[in-house]
This record gives sequence, C-alpha cells and structure tokens, in this order.
Amino acid sequence: MIDFWFVIIAFLWTGYFVLEGFDFGVGLLAPFVSRNDAEQRQSLQTIGPVWDGNEVWLITAVGAMFAAFPAWYAGMFSGFYLPVMLVLVGLIVRGVGLEWRGKVENPAWCDLGIVVGSALPAFVWGTIFADLLYGSAAAAMLGGAFSLSVCLLHGAVFLALKTDGRVRARARTAALALSAVTLPIGVIALSGMGTIPALAAMAALAAAPALVWRHREGWAFLAMAGTIVLASTAVFTQLRTAPLPGLTLAEAASGPYTLTMLSWIGLIALPFVLGYQGWTYWVFRKRVLTAAGQ
Amino acid sequence: MDALDLARWQFGVTTVYHFLFVPLTIGLGIFVAGLQTAWHRTGKEHYLRLTKFFGKLFVINFAMGVVTGIVQEFQFGMNWSEYSTFVGDVFGAPLAMEALLAFFLESTFIGLWIFGWDRLPKRLHLASIWAAALASNLSAYFILAANAWMKHPVGYEVIDGKARMNDLWAVLTNSTALAQVPHVVSAAFVVAGGFVLAVCGYWMLRSKAEMWRSAARAALVMTAIAGAVVAGTGDWSAKLMYEQQPMKLAAAEALEHDTAGAGFTVVPGIEIPKLLSFLSTYDTEAVVPGTEDLQRRFEQEFGPGDYRPDQTVVFWSFRLMIGFGMATAGLSVLGLWLTRRRRRMPDWLSRAFLLALPLPLLAVTAGWLLSEIGRQPWTVAGELLTAASVSPGVSLTEVAISLTVFTLVYGALTVVEIILLARHVRKGPEETEHAPAAEQLQPSLMY
Repeated sequence: MIDFWFVIIAFLWTGYFVLEGFDFGVGLLAPFVSRNDAEQRQSLQTIGPVWDGNEVWLITAVGAMFAAFPAWYAGMFSGFYLPVMLVLVGLIVRGVGLEWRGKVENPAWCDLGIVVGSALPAFVWGTIFADLLYGSAAAAMLGGAFSLSVCLLHGAVFLALKTDGRVRARARTAALALSAVTLPIGVIALSGMGTIPALAAMAALAAAPALVWRHREGWAFLAMAGTIVLASTAVFTQLRTAPLPGLTLAEAASGPYTLTMLSWIGLIALPFVLGYQGWTYWVFRKRVLTAAGQ
Repeated sequence: MDALDLARWQFGVTTVYHFLFVPLTIGLGIFVAGLQTAWHRTGKEHYLRLTKFFGKLFVINFAMGVVTGIVQEFQFGMNWSEYSTFVGDVFGAPLAMEALLAFFLESTFIGLWIFGWDRLPKRLHLASIWAAALASNLSAYFILAANAWMKHPVGYEVIDGKARMNDLWAVLTNSTALAQVPHVVSAAFVVAGGFVLAVCGYWMLRSKAEMWRSAARAALVMTAIAGAVVAGTGDWSAKLMYEQQPMKLAAAEALEHDTAGAGFTVVPGIEIPKLLSFLSTYDTEAVVPGTEDLQRRFEQEFGPGDYRPDQTVVFWSFRLMIGFGMATAGLSVLGLWLTRRRRRMPDWLSRAFLLALPLPLLAVTAGWLLSEIGRQPWTVAGELLTAASVSPGVSLTEVAISLTVFTLVYGALTVVEIILLARHVRKGPEETEHAPAAEQLQPSLMY
C-alpha cells in the first residue's frame, strides 16, 4: 500500500511536470515568438483554457503527499522553505497575469508577470528535486537548468503544434535553437543519473529536435512528454529509498486505514478526472489562429 | 517576536486575504450560472448581457481565489511541519479529496466556460459554468471538514504521537462541519449578494434599464435567504460551541465564571438577561462555563499553561460578525420590500448598497477571527498546542522574508484587482445584439 501510494504521488508529479511544463515554456516564449499583441494573445491562448486544470495536478500531488506521507510533505516544504516560496510567488504572478491580461489597459505588466512566474517554478522545481537526490548546490543548479531548459523546449514544441502562421514558424525555429542548449544540459544531467529511465529520457530528448526538423510536431511533442515522464520516473525511482535524507517511506506514511480509503476514492475519481481533462484538450484541439485568422 | 508569532501572522494574513476572494467565487459562480440559465430558458437578451458582465467580474476575482489558495496548501508544510506530521493522516484526507474531487472539476470547467462560448453547444456550455460553480461549493465542504476537525477532532486515535484516522465517515460528517459548512457557504452568498447589489446600485443610479432591476431583485432574494440561513446555522454552531468549545464561547461572551441563567452582552453595558444560556442550550437557567473556571479545569486536565484565547479579539469579532452580517441581510430584506411589485429601487437605497459593499467582507473576516483565534492555544483541540505545531527548522528570518514577500505581493495585487473590478463595473455590459457572436466574445472573455 505504501509503494502503491508512492507510485500515485510520482504519477501526479509526473503529470504535473508534463502538463505544466509546456505551460511554463509557452509563458516564457510567448513574447519571443510574437511580434504584436495579436500574436502574443494567440500564443497564450494555446494554454488559456487548460493551464489552470494543469496546475491542479500540483495541488493534488501535494495534497496526496500531505495525506499519504505527512512527514515527507512537512519535511520537504519546511526544508526547502525559501525555494518553495519562490515557486508560490511565481505561480501567483503568472496566474493573475494570465487571467488579467485581456482585461488591463497595458498588458506589458501581465506579460512580465507571466515570464517571471513561469521561469521561477520551472527552474526552482528542478533545483529542489536535484537537491533532494544529491544534496549539493552544484547538482541543484544543474537540476534547475535542466528543468528550465526542458520546459522551454517543451513549450516551443507545443507552440509549434498548437499555432499556425508566423508564430508557428518562429516556434519551430525557437525549438531548434533551444535544442542546442537543452540537449547538452540534458546529456550532462541525465547521464549523471545514469539509470535506465534517465538514459531513455536522454534518447527521447534527442529525438525531439530531429522530429521538429522533419515537421513532425505531434511526434516531437510526444517525445518531449516522454522525456519528462522518463526523467521524472528516474527521479522518483531514486527517491523511493529515501524521500528525504534520513527518512524512509514507511516512517513517513499514514496508517493503512487512511491509505486504503484514499485508494478507493482515487481509483473511482481519477478516471473521471482524466476523462474530462482529456476531453478539454479534444474540445480545443484545433490550432489557434490570430484574430485576423493567421 | 519569534518564528511562531510570525508564522501565526502569516497564516492569519494569507487566510483572511484568501477568504476575501473565495466567498465571491462561491456565491458569484452560482449567481452567474443562474443568469445564464435564465437566458437559456427565456432567450431574453439582457440575461446574456448580465451573464457576460458578471461573468467577467467573476473571472477577475476567480484568479485571486485560485492563486492565494495555492499558498494555503503549501503553508501547512512550510510553517507548520510539526502540525502537518501530527495531523496529516486525518487532515490530509479531506485536502486530497478537495483537490481530486473539486479543484479538477472547477478549474477544468471554468476554462471550458471562458473559452467555450463559441466552441461548445449551448447546453454543454451552460453545464460547464454549473460544474465549475458547484465544484467551488464542494471544495468549501472538504476544506471546512478539515477545519472543523481541528476544533472538534473525531474519527481518530493517537498512536506513537501521531493522529491516525480510523473513521473517515466520522471526519466527513463531524457535527462541527455539518453546522459550519452551511454557515460559511451561506455567508459566501451574502458576500456575493452584497457585491452584486453594490454593482446594481451603482448602475441604477445611472440607468433605468430593466436588467439592473432584475439582477438586483435576484441578488436581494439570494442575500435575504442566505442571511436567514447564516443566522439559523450560526445558532446551531453556538449550541455546538457550548458542547465542544466552551472556552471559545466563554471568551466570546467575556464570561469569567460559570454562570447559571447567563445573560447576553450586546455591547459592554447592555445585557439581555438569560439570553446566553438560552442561545447555548434552549434552557434559560442552564450553566454556561466561564473562562477562569475553565482555565482551572483545563490546568487539571492538560497541566500548567494558559488555555484562554485573546478575549478582546474574540469578544469583539463575535459582535462585529453578527452586526455586519445582520446589517447586510437587513438591507436586503428592506430592499425586497421597497422593490415589491415592480417598484423602482429608491436612490438612497442604491447608495446604501454601494456603501455597504465592505460589510459582508468584514463580517466573514470577523467570523474567521472568532473561529480561529477562539481556538487558541490549540491547533487541534485538546491534542496539539499551536506552540508545538510550528516548523522547528525554519528560522525567524525565513518566516520574516516570506511574510514580507506575501504581504507585499498580496497588497499590490489588491490594488490591481480593485482597479480592474472598478473599471469593468464602470464600463458596464457590452452590447450583444449587433456584433456577430464569435467576434465580440473573443476579446472580452479572453485571457
């Protein structure tokens, strides 16, 4: 039961990184692939209907940690106090930036909030998990660089997949250019981990720019999602023995009664959640054009 | 001043702030869903315009509720790690359920609603706003079940220094929660009603359009009914408080000694004889415990310590909650009477609704101060003291930094939020009949 809940929590974090990973990337890249307000709106509209739902993956992952492994939850967020604060500030300014952008007179402030608010969590989550695994500042910086660069590339591929016209062309160029940065960082970070899922993540990451080059944007997006799934799997496989230094999962876990109850609730609710969230992506499956239809 | 004090300040500031936006989300969501349903049923243009107008205000406010809510979830772990480790087995369950059962629904369908005007069939689009609005209300239930457990812990036992849940159903049907949920949710409808009435008041001073009258009438009905529910469930809560949290009740009444046939102090100097005993038990002669006598009994039970909450804050927040709440509900009842049978809202009443905008917000704030400061010195009544709940590894500097950062960010966002809401209220509803649907919807409801 303890292992089962660890897998559930790993699944929720992984879902969060895959989904909000491209949200962060789009938020960061939108000002760079857009030349005017219409294009900026077009870029942000690719995540407009879904980013809030994507963020609930984080809320659920953290809520599930609180319920299933209270000591892990408490130790992790009190231990990484200021980094977590930076993540929260980022999520705040990004959230209101996205919601308020269409309603203010000067959206430049919102765009700044979206960029800063996307960069902070994209970088800081990487540092936190790398620090958890290796406990060194160098590893934390590398982890941060890895997660930030992967989010950027993931976002660029998503923009190329979801837009059309000039933004799509620029997003494609951005994806190819970013690969030159993301790939080396990915090779250093993932080969450093050296486990099978990490090496598989490296292969998936290498495939993404090649697929972008051949105009296979859908496949490139899947390759990036695969990269994140595999990298996250590598992280959580390694965390299993010691989710925090000096803490085992068994020590951190809630009692069997709570875990059983939560399992039933999760098993019943999760298929519905996946169903209607997937349906949202289906509703908004078309490429986003500018108001002028480009 | 130590880390504990600052952590408490941070929790107070972020929670009170969060709950300025949440009640508006809870109440306004249902109100907008109601307007859209009215449009769906009658096909009248002005319902559509009202739906979009209040929908936009709803979305501006919704963002603030969401982002300040994220802080809440992390804060338990950041500042209160001892608390989190002690209670997670029980307290975490409703939180996880809130995320899984309510937040996913709310956030997904709000996205579908905002962006789905021209992409979803009309019925499905209407269902989206209902799903989002009902999910907001459902989330209130789960979080209040968790909160009620702190004041009246049930369905658990303490094993090896940690609370272990042994009855989830007992946690979810805690009598404290069953009284608190309708109390808080109906208070949220009073807040939303007060907000809609202030907006309608502003417009009725400037326009004779029928739509403002119909929106105001709907809000008056909502506020009056919700006000009655707040009062009724408040009475229920008082009786539970007598049984479960006698110290809070005694502090709220500044009653020092166990008293038979205790009177109710309206404000210091004005006392209604025997009313407190009656409100607590329906028996005018019942003994209501006093703070000093309770303190003595608690010392015998839990050892030396001060078990009395801050009496001044608890006493006054209780009275302000009732006063501000009743003033809002009273205004709405008056409004219902004065606008009966197609009568026009008098201008002075429109102005009164504008001025009364802060009252329900002050009432809910006072209510939370009563509820949570009255719970002190415990985080979990009888089990865990607040002083023993704080994160031992977090320094004063760290809490000071985060308290400062959150206060500054929240302060700046308040200014922007107020400017945004005021501007959109002043702009008023957009015309819908002349522009083709897709074009005029996109810019107005886009992120």
